[in-house]
Amino acid sequence: MAVRAPFSVRNQPGFVAIAAICMFALYLPICTYVSYAFNSSGTGNGWEGFTLKWFGIAWQNREIQDAAWRSLQIAVVAATAATIMATLAAVATTRTAPYRGLTLKYVLINQPLIVPEIVTAVALLIFFARIKVWTDYSGMGYLFIAHTAFCIPFAYLPIRARLEGMDLTLETAASDLYANGWQTFREVTLPLLWPGIIAGYMLAFVISLDDVVITDFIKSGGQDTLPTFMLGQIRRSISPELNAAATGFLALSVLAVTVFYLINRKRN
Amino acid sequence: MTWKLKTLIAALALCSGAGAAQADGELHIYNWGNYTSPDLIKKFEKTYNVKVTLTDYDSNDTALAKVRAGGHGFDIVVPSANFIPIWVKEGLLLESRPDQMENFKNMDPRWVDVPWDPGRHYSVPWQWGTSGPVVDTAIYKGDINTSAIWLDPPAELVGKIDVVPEMNDVMYSAIKYVGGKWCTDDKAVLKKARDTLKAAKPKWLAMDYGIEKFDTHDYAAAFYYNGAAFRAREVTPTVRFGFPKEGFALFMDSVAVLKDAKNPENAKLFQNFIMDPENAALISNFATYANGIKGSEKFMRAGLKDAPELNIPAEFAAVAEWQEICNPEVNELYTKIWKDLLK
Amino acid sequence: MPTVEQVGKLRVRREFRRRWLLSAPALLTILLAAVGPLAIVFLFSFMEKGDYGDVKYWHFSTDGWLSLIFERDPIDDTLGLASANVQIIWRSIKLSFLTTIFTAALGFPTAYVIATRSVRSRNTWLFLITIPFWTNLLIRTFAIQDLIRNEGLINLTLRKLGLIDAPLQLLFTDGAVLAGLTYVYFPLMVLPIYASLEKLDMRLVEAGYDLYASRLQVLRHIILPHAAPGLIAGSILVFIPSIGAYVTPRVLGGGKNMMLGNLIEQQFGQARDWPFGSALSIALLVVVTLALLVYVRNASRGSGSHHGR
Repeated sequence: MAVRAPFSVRNQPGFVAIAAICMFALYLPICTYVSYAFNSSGTGNGWEGFTLKWFGIAWQNREIQDAAWRSLQIAVVAATAATIMATLAAVATTRTAPYRGLTLKYVLINQPLIVPEIVTAVALLIFFARIKVWTDYSGMGYLFIAHTAFCIPFAYLPIRARLEGMDLTLETAASDLYANGWQTFREVTLPLLWPGIIAGYMLAFVISLDDVVITDFIKSGGQDTLPTFMLGQIRRSISPELNAAATGFLALSVLAVTVFYLINRKRN
Repeated sequence: MTWKLKTLIAALALCSGAGAAQADGELHIYNWGNYTSPDLIKKFEKTYNVKVTLTDYDSNDTALAKVRAGGHGFDIVVPSANFIPIWVKEGLLLESRPDQMENFKNMDPRWVDVPWDPGRHYSVPWQWGTSGPVVDTAIYKGDINTSAIWLDPPAELVGKIDVVPEMNDVMYSAIKYVGGKWCTDDKAVLKKARDTLKAAKPKWLAMDYGIEKFDTHDYAAAFYYNGAAFRAREVTPTVRFGFPKEGFALFMDSVAVLKDAKNPENAKLFQNFIMDPENAALISNFATYANGIKGSEKFMRAGLKDAPELNIPAEFAAVAEWQEICNPEVNELYTKIWKDLLK
Repeated sequence: MPTVEQVGKLRVRREFRRRWLLSAPALLTILLAAVGPLAIVFLFSFMEKGDYGDVKYWHFSTDGWLSLIFERDPIDDTLGLASANVQIIWRSIKLSFLTTIFTAALGFPTAYVIATRSVRSRNTWLFLITIPFWTNLLIRTFAIQDLIRNEGLINLTLRKLGLIDAPLQLLFTDGAVLAGLTYVYFPLMVLPIYASLEKLDMRLVEAGYDLYASRLQVLRHIILPHAAPGLIAGSILVFIPSIGAYVTPRVLGGGKNMMLGNLIEQQFGQARDWPFGSALSIALLVVVTLALLVYVRNASRGSGSHHGR
């Protein structure tokens, strides 16, 4: 009988090459603007020397500080709320025989994905404006709700995908062993679901951080987030201190995610 | 699992409680992006002990939509001249009577009785300027004082032109180029204007904001604003600004107080503040346009006050006009043509 | 003593209630902040447009919807088909479709490579993939613009290598928008595929090879089916938002290559035709909802048989 030459089951030809190219392409624009943050030349024409001055300028810029902090706040609240709601909803709508209202639910949950942001933005502007006039409250609550709403489907889909591929037998075994629904969920389903939840949370966080159009329309005076602040600056160009601010933001986010992963790893 | 829950709750609590700043007075300004001098704001804050917030918009339409919807929280807005009558008609502006304020005497008399705010009952000039062709004379050496630069471009410039996507300025220049009058509803004239624009569009590279692409040599010409052209020339000395002999429009953005402003007194203080020559110069030094206050020249930065872009040469002064507000039917017509062009 | 039947019915009812309770928070939030406001948009599409934007409240008209298909030439007043709209719609569909294909073609191998690394390094790779997306979209898009402009890195490199003489006009083309969209939506494809593939038991793959299946067969019959839910979720996550994309075509298209998102935004801005913008949005919504419904029907039919393997 012919003996198969040993080969790695894990590697498909060309896949690693493609993945490597993708990673490179992914980082090229990042490296570009990070380099501008350190470039002492203010314009885009050539490298003129290393400097940290743009960071100083950005740090002192009160508007950038305000905007960045606000972006972070909203993203944390929205991603957390959205992921929790999405997990519950995913459990309720996946791996069941079709029941009345399932399709409707599915469509509703994914609705923010379907509607162009500009449409939601205008609709929310009008809707919230009436409420603002009624209740005289014009705080960040509107931003929180709006962001949570459009983050839900982004958290939902990866969790659902993960859930669909999961093995039911473990859960059946658990209930055979007299675990009630909540225990089964906590000890068996949740740990297995965890990668999906993380993927969902990260997606939701990023989506909220990035949002331009909706935030721009429903924010009130003095409630800029980093993207809306930059949109307002578009008439000139991306100044080096904006690049510096974005680089700083990036460093901060990397730090936060690193911490998150380390904690998670320790748990496992 | 419980510690995770606790951390989450703590994070949420931290986030919701943040950001209640206590200030004696506040002022919320709604202005074009990158148009407000930070030095001006700092000076105003110190002088009157007021906390100022600045929010940006990128078009007159956005600003109007936002304020009209209500619940916006702004006190001050800076619309363009041809929009101010709309704001007044919709009852959105407070009649703050700048003409009765202390610093009113500093206003350049040219700008006191403007057709869109006669006698200045509502607004104070912020910056004014003109729109016209911007050319890198290293690439094209011919006459730049004509709208043909972008409406019928010479070969060297084809494919490297940017036209600012502002309907009124573009339509105005196009109509003047084919010999018409602004606010005309003569179909023959409009047809010529429309066809000229459509024929020229494939020769443009972009219809976008942002003049810095001259620095990177992506643009060789543009239809844009004089102050921005000044900044482009600071980086690339061969860039020049033209005054089209066929006719060109003036624009002026003015500061107005909103009718439902929560801090109308501070807003009026601000209007008065910027009519001081030294403060007006602060605005110009940042945004690089002319302001409407006499006596501010001596505070403007080097090169700005005598810049060719900011001073209309005498031979072209006669063809510079304000854009009046046309009646709604004509407006509708122009909007349709513009939409047609934009696709 | 309750009968078996009664107990059964009770359990079903409790299940039903539990399911609705679980989905309630998500549904409520979305109803309030996404679906409800849509009703306003729907209403607006049937109103008469205001002189300076907005609508004339409670003046009804079907002009908004008619503008989808017909347009009146502003000069000679003839009624014709709205060809420009069709052009824009076609460009949007084309670009979104291509974006989905490209992100899938690039994302599947990437997700597979990540899912087949050791458990420790997997998280590192995921981490690395998401870092670019912890950056603001506008800044990233401007960075791409900077790379592909006439004197940007790509043109400079190509010239240095002698491959071209004069710079290629990459910026402000359809291709630039496509590249930008692919770049932006790449992780939305990778993460769901990864979440599916991670569950793949490599022993199944080994078993396939042991049974003398070729690489292609293993890919087709073992790996791809496992990745399928992720691929589908990813495709939806990419195709739908990219059709309504706004920032990317605006920055990389230079205002000349409009997509649907730009067209809609324009109606609420310079074009001052809110009813038309509303009608456009509802139309888009209907088409996409239909597509999603088809997916859901198929998915829920298939999901019952997927587990317990």
